[in-house]
Amino acid sequence: MDMLVDIVSWVLLLIGGFFVFVGGVGVLRMPELYTRMHASGLTDSIATSLILVGLMLQGGFSLIGLKLVAILIFMLLTGPTSSNALASAALLAGNKEEGAQQGDKKV
Amino acid sequence: MTVLFGGFLLAMLVITALAMVQTRNLFVAVMLGGIFSLLIATVFFMLDAADVSLTEAAVGAGISTVLFLGALSLTSDHEHSKTTIRPLAIIIVIITMLLILMSTFDFPFIGDPQSLVQNHVGAEYLAKTPEFIDIPNVVTAVLGSYRGYDTLGEVFVVLTAGVGVLFLLGKAPPPGCYRNKPADTEGLSHYLIPRLVGRLVIPFLILFGLYVQFHGEYSPGGGFQAGALIAAANILYALLEGEKSALQVVPHKWLMGMIASGALLYGLVGVTGILLGGNFLDYSVLSEDPVKGQQLGLLIIELGVGITVTGVLLSIYHAFASRGKI
Repeated sequence: MDMLVDIVSWVLLLIGGFFVFVGGVGVLRMPELYTRMHASGLTDSIATSLILVGLMLQGGFSLIGLKLVAILIFMLLTGPTSSNALASAALLAGNKEEGAQQGDKKV
Repeated sequence: MTVLFGGFLLAMLVITALAMVQTRNLFVAVMLGGIFSLLIATVFFMLDAADVSLTEAAVGAGISTVLFLGALSLTSDHEHSKTTIRPLAIIIVIITMLLILMSTFDFPFIGDPQSLVQNHVGAEYLAKTPEFIDIPNVVTAVLGSYRGYDTLGEVFVVLTAGVGVLFLLGKAPPPGCYRNKPADTEGLSHYLIPRLVGRLVIPFLILFGLYVQFHGEYSPGGGFQAGALIAAANILYALLEGEKSALQVVPHKWLMGMIASGALLYGLVGVTGILLGGNFLDYSVLSEDPVKGQQLGLLIIELGVGITVTGVLLSIYHAFASRGKI
């Protein structure tokens, strides 16, 4: 049983780590702001959830598990919200695709 | 493994610092500053300094980033490029750097049992805290009781910083001073989702702040961290609902009162110690039982710290946010 939990949790942790990596590559390689945000949103939501669930399996039914559930709920609420705020702020500031690329070069 | 990960984090710190120096975009520099704080907070946590780590994450990555952004919103976000090379300055910087590098060789290795940190008063604090104060978190005992004077000094440093900023920015500027009016005071009225989520999250943020405040004797935390967290919750409210609504919740007058009364509360606990026949900041005389007295004293001074820190951080934020762009 312990073995099974360990395997499942490691698989989740590894997939989560893979998504973090993909998100990082995406932020570097994507051409403009909104597609980059898509990549960073991936790290925010799916990668964090997978890693936290994997850690929960390691923690078991304890105070640690409860804290991880609280962190998961907090991340699921705030991550997409901040992505949404960023996207709408960029849209309102008139950051169209060409503008985004110019902005990138300056930085 | 820990050493490897620590080395990785420290290398990231150096890279972030270099990027911060390199960039001409101040907005990017502020964001990198936040990343720097989070990285160093992780390093602190790896060194088992959870209290310091919590402070760094709350103040360094959270509040000071927001305060810098508030300051940036008043000015331009691009540094004026000035690329004159001054040989004398470079020589001084290199000499100072070499001196600092040299002094690091005198540092003890991590966990070295022979180092001064392990052999001075630290061991005594660890041994005597259960007997004298009887709280699990020795950090709070050291900070509030054994080193109560230092913490009183820190609170007055925070107080002085707040008063200094308020002297410079506190008074509302005369009308016509700025080309533009103070920024939109409605907050993010057209951003539905952040406002809704903010309303959902803010009560829990304040609750967590209070937990950190009053649980400081049992778990990492205390007045400084709690003050930063509660101020952050208020600043989030101000960002979402606008300056006006935030000032209705905690008006300017209250903030002034909070700044002064927190530090005063701390000092009064010390004076009460004298009046009851003990030394300044000696909490043992506050109650019949010396241990209970210590715990009571810690609770009150942490409350004083929390009140002052909240007041100072909030009034600095409002001082920036209520101004127009120059």
